Amino acid sequence: MGHSIIRATLLACSAAWLAVTGPVFADEPKPEVKPLKLTTTANHTKFKELQQQFLTGPDVTKACLSCHTEAAGQIHRTKHWKWEYLNPATNQKLGKKNVLNNYCISIAANQAACTNCHVGYGWTDNSFDFTSEQNVDCLVCHDTTGSYKKESGTGGRVFGKDTEFPPGSGNIIKGINLSNIAQKIGKTSRDTCGGCHFRGGGGDGVKHGDLDSSMAVPEKELDVHMDALGLDFTCATCHKTSSHDVAGSRYAPTAKDDKGIQTRGKAGSGNPATCVACHGNGPHKKEARLNQHASKVACQTCHIPTFARGGIPTKMEWDWSTSGKLDKDGKQFAIKDEKGHNIYESRKGDFKLGEDVVPEYAWFNGHVEYTLLTSTIEKSETERTPINKLGGSATDGKSLIWPMKVFRGTQPYDPVNKTLVTPHTTGPTGYWKTLVWDKAIEEGMKDSGRPFSGKVDFVKTTMSWPITHMVAPKEKALGCVECHSKESRLAGIQGIYIPVRDNNRLLDTIGWSVIFLTLLGVIGHGALRIVTGRRH
Amino acid sequence: MAERIYVFKRFERFWHWSQAALIIFLMLTAFDIHGTYTIFGFEKAVEYHTIAAWSLMGLWVFAIFWHFTTGEWKQYIPTTEKVMAMANYYLFGIFRNAPHPFRLTQLRKHNPLQRLAYLGVMLFIGPLIWITGVLYLFYADWPSLGLGGLSLEWVATGHVIGAFLMLAFLIAHVYLTTTGHTPTAHIKAMVTGWEDVD
Repeated sequence: MGHSIIRATLLACSAAWLAVTGPVFADEPKPEVKPLKLTTTANHTKFKELQQQFLTGPDVTKACLSCHTEAAGQIHRTKHWKWEYLNPATNQKLGKKNVLNNYCISIAANQAACTNCHVGYGWTDNSFDFTSEQNVDCLVCHDTTGSYKKESGTGGRVFGKDTEFPPGSGNIIKGINLSNIAQKIGKTSRDTCGGCHFRGGGGDGVKHGDLDSSMAVPEKELDVHMDALGLDFTCATCHKTSSHDVAGSRYAPTAKDDKGIQTRGKAGSGNPATCVACHGNGPHKKEARLNQHASKVACQTCHIPTFARGGIPTKMEWDWSTSGKLDKDGKQFAIKDEKGHNIYESRKGDFKLGEDVVPEYAWFNGHVEYTLLTSTIEKSETERTPINKLGGSATDGKSLIWPMKVFRGTQPYDPVNKTLVTPHTTGPTGYWKTLVWDKAIEEGMKDSGRPFSGKVDFVKTTMSWPITHMVAPKEKALGCVECHSKESRLAGIQGIYIPVRDNNRLLDTIGWSVIFLTLLGVIGHGALRIVTGRRH
Repeated sequence: MAERIYVFKRFERFWHWSQAALIIFLMLTAFDIHGTYTIFGFEKAVEYHTIAAWSLMGLWVFAIFWHFTTGEWKQYIPTTEKVMAMANYYLFGIFRNAPHPFRLTQLRKHNPLQRLAYLGVMLFIGPLIWITGVLYLFYADWPSLGLGGLSLEWVATGHVIGAFLMLAFLIAHVYLTTTGHTPTAHIKAMVTGWEDVD
């Protein structure tokens, strides 16, 4: 009896519930699904700390650090912040702060312009405080809007509204919406990394040859990993970051990685940015012979057939010694090539550009030695002074044959002290305005804390850039005959026997002579048999 | 009517002709790889050359087994007997319709010069080619096999010398097949197994 009452009650309740809510399978519009970010657990637009108008970069950073308390400290430990790197192998103090190159040469006395690519605010001269947390620039790497722009000449500062800078100068810098940028913060991207690394050397594609703005949204053909419609790697997919310290280095590269695939959690892992770190030491499944090649040849050598393939040229040569010419009105001028790229500028000299460039090749073991301001150099008409000397040989067991962009320059040097020099180029008193070398070099060398004799001459230099980006799809990898032929790409590689390239001519001559004599012998013998009319 | 002798057994004929085909194909691809001409191109030629080389090595395993189990290996024991007579025959006698100094039997199916030539091919040219060839194939493993001191240049040079010698042998060999009692007699024998003997 009691049982049926309970049952009746349950039935009544169910009926009432159904009447209110309707059957669950009814075809009714679903409630609005809230937009959900799957790439992060935090929606920064909701953070009160970011719902304010920021006037300067450091204002934003302070807000970031109020939650991400350790972030600035992590940045402080990195090359991106310090621009300084002590190479343990050579004991050379490197980093952008110390090295010079044969492009724009060096940052000395040019900090206010160059630090446009520093992950900080306000490094305009040597008094910059490298312990400042609020001067760390979070946005330059984490912007997702594309509207973030550090102002050249200000030490990489940004402003939230139109601001006169330096104060009292009358120079107005346009403000950007820092609040919006901060709220939309996200992971690094090809765009953020590329903001500086595509534009190394002061312009799109100038420096690296394998990095330029065509890599922002590349096709498969250009980069099989970054292919925007395919694997869509970001830079950080390979350059895996831990504690804000980005893996991979040009100062101490991993030339030969024999550690195999990097398994998660495995102790003693090496550089995660190498090809081997993902592909292992024997990635060619069908052709074992190709894996054998890997004992001598870097992956990049075959898989990056040419660099600067994305339609943007890279600088191949720069001759500073021809700079300083003026047009008939006494003004600086530029000469462009048929595609509209500068090949001469009064302030910089002559350039040679290259697109779809076949690399040069060299044995490379990861050892890099720089010619620094402290190094003594000898001018030579026949041999170029190496800005960086790459170690490597066929026999050291640590080298592979690597593709290189070899950049050749003619740059100012001090013929009395026999050193390279660091001219002040940017700003009102820099060479690019004044076209006066000795004054510009004096200022730069003073900033570098090195002596300058006052004499200026030019020296031919060379700098090697190991090529590692713009990996082509496997169908576009180099064919055998690119190296195994008389016109081998590896023509200059010493210390190794390459079949076909190194065929022994004497042996061929002797061999074919033997074959010729044999033929002659049997033909003669046969002819004699016919002439003598014998059946044998 | 001449006597007929069954000199080349079925396996032997199979061995001979498949080996001939493989060696000719190997030479064709070899000098393609070497850069003498382009038929398949380096890449394909290497691929085909490798496949043919492994096939030939497989064939040799069977041939060696056959020679030892049948005792036929004794056919290649060198002899100095009648060597000069044979040389004399090929240099002079053959033009004067002199009688062949050697009469073959089932137990002595190669004349003394053939014995020497084939033994030379099997003990010198063959091993030179396949030892250097196998080393070539496993180039990257030399250090782990304790062969790190080997020079690829020497291995390659040996391989090329072997190729030239084999080509020279092939030319002479093919020519000498025409020196039977009719120009095609020896070739027929190699096809059917039966040789006519005077």
